Amino acid sequence: MGPEEPVIRLTGITKTYLAGEVEVHALVDVNLTIARAEMVAIMGPSGSGKSTLMNVLGCLDRPTSGSYRFEGREVASLEKQELSALRLSAFGFVFQGFQLIARTSALDNVELPLVYAEIPAQERRERAMVALARVGLGGRELHTPAQLSGGQQQRVAIARALVNRPRLILADEPTGALDTRTSVEVLGLLQTLHATGITVVLVTHEPDIAAYASRRLVVRDGRILSDEVQVPHDAAADLLAMPQKAA
Amino acid sequence: MSGKTTGRLSAFASFASFASFASIWPLAFGALRRNRMRSLLTSLGVIIGVGALIVTVASGEGSKAVLEAQLATLGTNLLIVLPGSSTLGGARGGPGTGKPLTHADLLAILKGASAARYAAPVDRTVVQVVLDNQNWLTTVYGSTPDFFAIREWSMARGRVFNSGESDSGAKVCVVGQTVASQLFGGGEALGQIVRVKSMPCEIVGVLAGKGQSSQGQDQDDLVVMPWVTYKSRMMSQDRIHVGSILVSATSPDEVGHAQTQVTGILRQQHRLADGQLDDFTVRNLADLAATQEKAADAQTGMLRNVSAVSLLVGGIGIMNIMLVSVTERTREIGIRLAIGASENKVLLQFLIEAVSLSAAGGLIGIALGVAGSAILASVMRWPLVLTPFWILIAFGISMGIGVVFGFYPARKAARLNPIDALRFE
Repeated sequence: MGPEEPVIRLTGITKTYLAGEVEVHALVDVNLTIARAEMVAIMGPSGSGKSTLMNVLGCLDRPTSGSYRFEGREVASLEKQELSALRLSAFGFVFQGFQLIARTSALDNVELPLVYAEIPAQERRERAMVALARVGLGGRELHTPAQLSGGQQQRVAIARALVNRPRLILADEPTGALDTRTSVEVLGLLQTLHATGITVVLVTHEPDIAAYASRRLVVRDGRILSDEVQVPHDAAADLLAMPQKAA
Repeated sequence: MSGKTTGRLSAFASFASFASFASIWPLAFGALRRNRMRSLLTSLGVIIGVGALIVTVASGEGSKAVLEAQLATLGTNLLIVLPGSSTLGGARGGPGTGKPLTHADLLAILKGASAARYAAPVDRTVVQVVLDNQNWLTTVYGSTPDFFAIREWSMARGRVFNSGESDSGAKVCVVGQTVASQLFGGGEALGQIVRVKSMPCEIVGVLAGKGQSSQGQDQDDLVVMPWVTYKSRMMSQDRIHVGSILVSATSPDEVGHAQTQVTGILRQQHRLADGQLDDFTVRNLADLAATQEKAADAQTGMLRNVSAVSLLVGGIGIMNIMLVSVTERTREIGIRLAIGASENKVLLQFLIEAVSLSAAGGLIGIALGVAGSAILASVMRWPLVLTPFWILIAFGISMGIGVVFGFYPARKAARLNPIDALRFE
């Protein structure tokens, strides 16, 4: 992989579902290049294909046709087993509903990717502790999701996404279930990770959220409608300007 | 093609690797711990199945041991010759009412039956045995030294009366444990003189204890004296008739042969023509024992099959709950798959959960089964016979049940589509 090789290069990606007897063209001839350490927001209304695009980018779904090169390697035709391995080693996922394992401590949740990567227990624990501290949850390692607020749960999810040192973090509506202030906190965390050189792809339908990315894609009817570079909002600065949360 | 094959091979290698097992089992145990009550209830079927299997086998073996011990006290290779019954006006009178056996019959058997090693006359009556101011009601037997050999009766102390004493009608006797303890308590019975039906009689030996017979009779409550002595002192000088005759075959294989020989000799002795029915009965105790044992085996076998079926039902219970668990944990499975768990690791986790439930059920079942067998053994007064073979079988079956019935739910979990699973409500 040369230094100019993008992290993601989609060429002519299509995805067609069969919904009953009707063919649904979720993605139509999508061409997209995302360079290292970009922070990209993918916007679009529901049904636009942005979730399908996200799933294809995250190797959770295989495109019907087209080429997907991740760090220069063709992944569109990989076996399930190889896709799992890729997700485990290179991707971090942050989902809308947090998707933490219930009745399981924050620490155990964060350790999970390392368990599947067969990292020794001692190292696992240390790395999970560091990741939790990084998202500001030091001291809450043994809390279960039910004992944490929505914002805290999403931070656990971010810690889980970054614990395996991914090159790409995919966040699907990460602020969908959060209030404004908590949303900005979470975006601030993603901006911090982005600043360390991790590529971040953010899927949202809210322009306010997309404003924190350095590039904005709009998807509609399975096609990329617009692709603009923008000056991102600074979450840390916005947070300072906001009124403090009532205690 | 070759890349695909290598992928499969390496997938299999990673599935089988110790590292993946070591990393996955804590996840499986965590999931079981989060649902303690359900885990216990899921195992219950296997617990009951394994417990029942072990109790069944142990009680079968225990009752068989009792049966064998009781039959052994009768003496092996044993034939009993009983006199025939008379038929009066269509009513059959039972043994002893017809033509009696005679001493000549005994001598003929001793002389003619080559398959018989021993033959002894047996006459008995219930009398009061008196020692000074002590007395005890017991059964007095008249027989020959062969009697002790046939019944495989060993001596606790002293000796059996010898053939000289036997033939001459000496006033000697051998007493059983019960009689010895009733008359003498802790004291020495040997050499003492007791009065049996007013005849003074010297105790030359004390028999070793045999305990109860299969009919619950105390086999040690007896006095044995020479047949001649018995006939001349207990009965009115009748030295011809014999109550019954005990015969011991030369070996267990010869019992049938001995029975044929004895029957033939007695028919000749009694001058029975062809076509005439026997006026005596030759009973084969080995046959009786074999029948009894076969019946007990059949019963144990049937119960064992019932518990094996209940074990199968327990396995289906595990599959049922694991399937429910897969559905209920769809989102959790989706999370695991999305963050990069391979299908094999999800499969492994659910398989470990199922096998742990069934194996734990097996272990608890073994513990409860052994405890239950011990309680049953003490209540039924039979020995606690634990068969390691069946315990291992029970544990092996319960492990196997986990693998077999856990595989389908585990595969179902592993093959979930992570996108759909994450959206599952």
